[in-house]
Amino acid sequence: MEKVLRWIDDRFPLTALWESQWGKYVAPKNFNFWYYFGSLAAFVLVIQIVTGIFLTMNYKPDAAKAFESVEYIMRDVQWGWLIRYMHSTGASMFFVVVYLHMFRALLYGSYRKPRELTWIFGCLIYLALMAEAFFGYLLPWGQMSYWGAQVIVNLFATVPFIGEDLAVWIRGDYTISDITLNRFFAFHVIAIPLVLLGLVAAHLMALHETGSNNPDGIEIKKQPKDPKTGLPLDGINSHPYYTIKDIVGVVVFLAVFSVIVFFMPEMGGYFLEHNNFIPADPLKTPEHIAPVWYFTPFYAMLRAVPSEIAPFLPATQFYGVLVMGAAVVILFALPWLDRGAVKSIRYRGTRYKAWLAAFAVSFLVLGYLGVVPVTIWGQFAPGLWLLGGADVATVIARVLTLVYFLFFLLMPWYSARDKTKPVPDRVR
Amino acid sequence: MIKTTRILAAALLVLAGAAHAAGAPAPRMEPVNADPRDVASLQRGARTFVNYCLNCHAAKHMRYNRLADLGLTEQQIADNLVLTGRFETTDAGVQYVPTKTGETMQVAMRAADAKKWFGVSPPDLSVEARVRGEQWLYNYLLAFYRDDASSTGWNNLVFPNVGMPHALWTMQGAQKLVVTTFAKRSDADAAAIAAKGLALVEPAPGGTFVVKTLAEGTPGAMTPAEYRAAATDLVNFMAYVAEPSKLARTRLGLVVLMFLGVLFAFAYWLKREYWKDVH
Repeated sequence: MEKVLRWIDDRFPLTALWESQWGKYVAPKNFNFWYYFGSLAAFVLVIQIVTGIFLTMNYKPDAAKAFESVEYIMRDVQWGWLIRYMHSTGASMFFVVVYLHMFRALLYGSYRKPRELTWIFGCLIYLALMAEAFFGYLLPWGQMSYWGAQVIVNLFATVPFIGEDLAVWIRGDYTISDITLNRFFAFHVIAIPLVLLGLVAAHLMALHETGSNNPDGIEIKKQPKDPKTGLPLDGINSHPYYTIKDIVGVVVFLAVFSVIVFFMPEMGGYFLEHNNFIPADPLKTPEHIAPVWYFTPFYAMLRAVPSEIAPFLPATQFYGVLVMGAAVVILFALPWLDRGAVKSIRYRGTRYKAWLAAFAVSFLVLGYLGVVPVTIWGQFAPGLWLLGGADVATVIARVLTLVYFLFFLLMPWYSARDKTKPVPDRVR
Repeated sequence: MIKTTRILAAALLVLAGAAHAAGAPAPRMEPVNADPRDVASLQRGARTFVNYCLNCHAAKHMRYNRLADLGLTEQQIADNLVLTGRFETTDAGVQYVPTKTGETMQVAMRAADAKKWFGVSPPDLSVEARVRGEQWLYNYLLAFYRDDASSTGWNNLVFPNVGMPHALWTMQGAQKLVVTTFAKRSDADAAAIAAKGLALVEPAPGGTFVVKTLAEGTPGAMTPAEYRAAATDLVNFMAYVAEPSKLARTRLGLVVLMFLGVLFAFAYWLKREYWKDVH
């Protein structure tokens, strides 16, 4: 065995690669609950790729056969229902895990120097994941697949001057059609997954270069070394300690995942929408088109932005599209917006904590508003100054969209003026 | 376990219900109590389905021989549940060939004809229970009433102006619509609740509110209780058709969760042992 390994190592840096990426990687010893979601995201990626391969063996990317082939998988393919439910649940759980992973970065300042590139690769992964989910959602060819894709592609049609041509170029047709289905299939099963895998590798390599942050925001690399082990005082070998710990996380995650897959795969219409069991019908627009839950915060922003914002500007939905795009793009700037003296929420002052809480609440409420019709909370009384007759939900969505952006845009000021606590030398 | 998942599911349904609160007024519905493990109920539902539904509606993703899930043999399925076939030209001339049990549930009616006759072609029922939900289907089957103003002579409280005539009228008989007017919304709502069944509250001209309920008219072959039982069986069967692997799914789920429970115990114990050296 050792001989084989040496033979390989002489020709390919197998041992060096393993040791630099995980085997000899030193991590802080105080990772808490929030630190499970990185390895879980990688785990869900594996689930999606493996189940995706098996789905591809039986799915037909053809407008006349796609819906039928999904039902064929559900009924006639051995274990097809399990593979399909794992994939559909995995899609939603990917976002659950990634959102928690990203929120962890906000809590403990993991995006800050020297981990800016890790954060940026992460944001790119998030973007790729959104594209992957969007392309994949068309494939079952149900009503929501079809009309959801129609709505999203029409967003590109709002771009001034080139919009219409751009939308046709994306669809390959004047409406969502068989041609669109074929190219979305290509993007979903090969193009985006390739990008995703490359980005994940870059994300991990960047992380393993700088070392992990931790709930105290202490740089363990700057600590003196333990004379016995040669590791930083608060550092431990990720292998076996975190390998073993993450296995526990994976088992708990699998339990939650299994409860959904086996007992509630539709998740009350949130993971598999009821209307998506109706085959796509280009002639029949559903009454209420809602994207899947993981896109709804951004969808709520899109709906909240009025098409007429100033008398001298043309009326167009493009403003909403810009706001929606900016809501994702602004994440990239985070490492340079934060001027706080400390990284972790544990030593931040009340200002940052209050803004982070407001941001989290905005994101969640916007997520809720994105699934419901704008009339959900009724209208303001007609006589009311400024607001008279407006939908309550729309006004609230506008306020929350503002809060979402102010969290980022005001960060240079409130984070710098925050009354922080001193950071100790050792982790708690 | 199943109970907790039901509670979780119910909580989510409340959320989903809130999501659909806006829009056209929805009727108060009767609860349905279909048991997917009741094989006899599923068999009765299958009988009603192939005799009454499967003339206009197909279930083109459902294979006949899959009905072996309901405790039936291939022969029983062929003898009792396959009522369709086609004429084929063979060496011996034109012959009637019954549908094979390995085929799916198709109908002879062409979509274009159906559109001409009913205004809309009857939807495929393979996954209809997943679109509408069991409660909606059950109440829809209870909600037909005579309406001379409509082209079929029938209307429906759950699906107003539906294109489908009452296919089960020989079983249920013909119900009559009862409309009561109330001056106040609260009185109308109270009357709808007091009706203890299907009831629809709608705003009416002049700021009043009407409550629409159904009353027995011409009796059918069944009593109302018998008809409700038959409708429950049919809905039970349609829910089965929408997802034939559902029972296998929940059964396997329990095994998987038990396995994960054991795995967790070992994984956690291993973690504790390893982490003893970390201080």
